[in-house]
Formats: sequence, structure tokens, C-alpha cells
Amino acid sequence: MKTFLKILLAVGITVSAQAKDVTLLNVSYDPTRELYTEYNAAFAKYWKGKTGDDVTVNQSHGGSGKQAQGVINGLEADVVTLALAYDIDAIASQAKLLPADWQSRLPNDSTPYTSTIVFLVRKGNPKNIKDWDDLTQKGVKIVVPNPKSSGGARWAYLAAYAYALETYGHDDAKAKDYITKLYKNVPILDSGARGSTITFAKNGIGDVLLAWENEAHLVLKEFGTNNFEIVTPTISILAEPPVAVVDKNAKHHHTTEVAAEYLKYLYSDEGQEIAAKNFYRPRNQAIATKYAANFTQLKLVTLDQEFGSWAKAQKTHFADGGVFDQIFQPQN
Amino acid sequence: MTPAGTTLHVPHHPARRHTRSEPPYVRRLLIGTALTFIGLFLILPLLFVFTQAFAKGIGFYFHSIDEPMAWSAIKLTLLAAGISVPLNCVFGVCAAWAIAKFDFYGKNVLLTLIDLPFSVSPVIAGLIYVLVFGTQGWLGLYLNADHPALPWLANWLNDHNFKIIYAVPGIVLATIFVTFPFVARELIPLMQAQGRSEEEAARVLGASGWQVFWRVTLPNIKWGLLYGVILCNARAMGEFGAVSVVSGKIRGQTNTIPLHIEALYDDYNFTGAFAVASLLALLALVTLGLKTWVEHKNAAVLDK
Repeated sequence: MKTFLKILLAVGITVSAQAKDVTLLNVSYDPTRELYTEYNAAFAKYWKGKTGDDVTVNQSHGGSGKQAQGVINGLEADVVTLALAYDIDAIASQAKLLPADWQSRLPNDSTPYTSTIVFLVRKGNPKNIKDWDDLTQKGVKIVVPNPKSSGGARWAYLAAYAYALETYGHDDAKAKDYITKLYKNVPILDSGARGSTITFAKNGIGDVLLAWENEAHLVLKEFGTNNFEIVTPTISILAEPPVAVVDKNAKHHHTTEVAAEYLKYLYSDEGQEIAAKNFYRPRNQAIATKYAANFTQLKLVTLDQEFGSWAKAQKTHFADGGVFDQIFQPQN
Repeated sequence: MTPAGTTLHVPHHPARRHTRSEPPYVRRLLIGTALTFIGLFLILPLLFVFTQAFAKGIGFYFHSIDEPMAWSAIKLTLLAAGISVPLNCVFGVCAAWAIAKFDFYGKNVLLTLIDLPFSVSPVIAGLIYVLVFGTQGWLGLYLNADHPALPWLANWLNDHNFKIIYAVPGIVLATIFVTFPFVARELIPLMQAQGRSEEEAARVLGASGWQVFWRVTLPNIKWGLLYGVILCNARAMGEFGAVSVVSGKIRGQTNTIPLHIEALYDDYNFTGAFAVASLLALLALVTLGLKTWVEHKNAAVLDK
């Protein structure tokens, strides 16, 4: 028995000397489940080929703000792939787990893929919703998550606000009036994008879902094109979900190198193709052209151009007592 | 009960007739309402869980349960229940014994505190643990301090990557918190009703404290204790709120069965979610069966 154990141990040691087992934790936002399931498998294959090591990437998903709060409180993510830069800024400023200039470390402001906000309506578009101004009509029920906890919801709110700014000649009062009317039509706020999608698609509540473009396409894939259709508005926001290595955690786990490569590989042809297949708009032009059929052309405004910066947008609109708190009254 | 067909005159027969004096339609209405409620709110959802679980066939059902993520959730749930139930069992017996058999200052405070987990929302309970044990909380401040008190302890904890929140200890802690009152709450009234006379008699006859406990108290409360343990276990395995806050929801690592069900549901894998949910439903049925059996035994003991 003892010799047997010794042999086992010896085998174990030789095996571990040949190939290391590495584990990464990717803390991500709600709708990226399918994207990272596919990407993690591809990256593991790539990393095995490059170094001979086996890498397992564990995933945690939830509302972007909530996930950032988790990392701040000690959820030991090696990498974060969140819905918006402000949430990673919070990790940098409140927990000091990565430098404040994290966004300049990877190309395209550390955003390997982009997305936007579109409308998902029921088949045949019974309420005839074509563009943003149709959302404020009486009797239209809008499903959208809570911008306090969900990144997608903040993008959706800003997309609507940007539409109003563009339409009413950047008149803040008129834009506020529009957004007030829009949120009057929102009966419930789920905490994350996936919760809202299930409320709308599975539970049959509401006339229109303000959704991530990738999430809307996923609904068509999961629930069939017979039940829903996507309406692309004339204008929307360029949503930029960034990625970053959480330096302190990665250093602690001795995973700095593999974590950095994990994010860098998102920019490779294979990474970009997986993003495009999962309906995230790739940064790589050649791959964007190849998958052009997945993405409807529309006017996309950037956050910086309409709102200055995330810090400013957050303070004006989503902080306690900000515009969102002023205009939204929960209806019971 | 009178056997059917007997001509024996049962003395309390008139009284029984009196209690059934309502007209038949009232009786039918009452029974009908009760049955409809049970059917609508208990039987139907239960049937729904099982039909949904097998919606894609028996192969898919077993595939959903027999995969690494599901196994890890099942193991974690068993571990959390396996630690919290015995601990709460010991605590419950101690607390009930102290409260029922002794008079001391602050007894009512202790009684109230035992009920705290029933009155606090589980989500708040989870948040309290995050605030205390998170990296921004007391523990984090201590571990990250430049000059901590007891430096050897801080170093040892850091070297061993000591973690409570977003790891297994946090899940166990949260489970202990929410299941805290079950055993104690079950035993206190029972032990109070039994009084102290048997224990006192044993003492007078020369038994030691342990002898009194093992030979007199424990045999008297065993069925009540088992009943508390069963309820405690059911809650420990099914707890969602508190655990969801402290888990971090890392798939294959910190997801318990209820959290794994939520993850599957959010992945649009509804059938898989119901398949795993059927495990919890089965647990509920087993619990119910055991509970009835123990209640029956307990009643027999009390009647004696």
C-alpha cells in the first residue's frame, strides 16, 4: 500500500513538473456568459499550445456594478470584463487593486469589442415601435434593468438621453423631459440585463426590451425568430465594455502573465471572430466586414462626445440624488 | 376510532355529531377550498418542476445532474449543511437546556436573540458578513494593515490566503446564521413542558451532570431534536438569499445548488435548471416524509 502511494505521488510530481495547472477567475457582467464559455475554451487551447500549461477559467456573472462591488469587497478576480469603464475605475479608486490608468494598457481603451443598445419587440411589432420617440407613447410598456446596478441599463439610459440631446438641439431641459416620460413607461426594473431579458422573453411582460445588441440577438437564437424581432433605432450609443487585469490579485495568484495574455488574445483574429459570432461588434475591421450581416448600420454616438466622461455621467445621472433618482418613481 | 360495522355505543358520540352539525354544503365548501389551495399552490408547482425537468427526456435530465458544475454545487451544499447542522444541533441543545432548566439573568434577551435570524432578511445577514469579513471590512483592514496587532497572526493568515467571503467559509457562516434557530426553537418549548422534575430526581439519586444529560434529558428530547435537525437541514440546503450575497457565484467553485439553479435559468437552460431543482424538490419530499414519521414518534412519546 505504501509503495503504491509512493508511486502515485511520484507520478503526480512528474506530471506536475511537465505541465502546470493554472486557474483564472474572470468576473464579468451579465450577458457575456455565452461569449466567454466559447472564448475560454479557445484560449485554453491556444495557451496549451503555446506553453503546455492547462488553464481553467472560472466565471462569475452578474450586474456589472454589483460585480465590481464584489471585487472591491474581496472577490479575487484575476481579470474583470465589465460593462463599462466606470465600474473598473471604482475597483481602481476604492480598492487600489489596479492602477488608475488601467484603460491605457490595451488597445482601443482596453475595449476589445463594442456593442450598442437596440429594441427587442414581440413578433409583428404590435405597438409599432420604430425609434426612440415611439417609446414615450401612452400604453407602451418598456422593460429595462436598473441603472444603479446594471451596466447595460446605464448604457440604455444614456442612449435614450443622447437621442434626446441630438433631437432637441442639446437642450438639457427637453432631454430630461423626454427621459422622464420614457421611464414613466417602465413598470419594473430588474437588477441585471439577464433578469430583464427573462422577464420580457420568458415571462411575457412588456412591449419592448431595451437590450444590449448581443443580448437581443441571443434571444432570437434561444427563443426563435417566430416570437421576437429586433428594431434598430436611427441613433444609439457606442457601448464600450472594457477589460482589465486586476494586478494585485493576479500577482497574489502568480497569474499575471497568463491573465495579461488572456485579455490580449481577445484582440487576436480568433478572439475577434468569437466576439463577432456572439454578436459583439469586433474592433478588427476585416472581421467586422466578414460578419457585417450580424450588425445593422446606425448612427452611434460616444459617451465622451455626449456626456464628457463616465465620471461626469455617473455624477450627473446615476449618483444618489442624480437625474435618474429625480425622474424615476417606482409604480406599484 | 370505532371499527366499521360495530354496534358499540361510544360515549362521546353525541359530542362528535355536534361538531359536525354544519350543513353538508359548508363542509364540502371548506374541504374543497382547502384542497383547491393545496392543489394550486403545492401540488401543481411540484408537478410542474418534474414535468419541466424531464421535458427533454431522461437522458438530458441525468446529463444536467451528472456534470462537473452540478456536482460541485451538490458537494458544496452537502458540505455547508454537513457543517452547519451539527453545529446548530450542539448550540440548539445547549441553548434550550440553559433556557428551560435554569434561571439566569438575561434569559429573555437570549430567547430574543435566538429568533433574530427569523426576523432579519437573509440578504441583510449576507451583507453583514460582507461588511465585516470583506477586504473593505474589519478583517480586510486587519490583514492589509501596515502594522497589525499580532503581526504573526496577520502574516500567517495572509500566507495561507485566508478568505471568508466569496469562499466556502462564508457560505458555511451564512448557512449557520439562517439555520441558527431551528433546533433551539424546537427544543425550548418541549423541554419547558417536560419541566425539571426528572432531572432533579436523577440528581438526588446521585447522577452526575453528564449522566443526567445522556440518560434523562436526551432520551426525552430525541424526537424533538431529530425534528429540529430535519427542518434545519432542509433550510441549510435550500438557502438562497444569504448565500447568494457571500458566494461571489464563481461557477464550479462557490455555487450551491440553489445558486446553480439560478445560473442555469439565467443561461436560458430552463430544462437543466428544473432538473437540478427537482433534486431540491425531492429533498423537500423526503423531509416531509421524515417529518411526518418523527412527528408520529414524538406524539407517541408525549402520549406515554
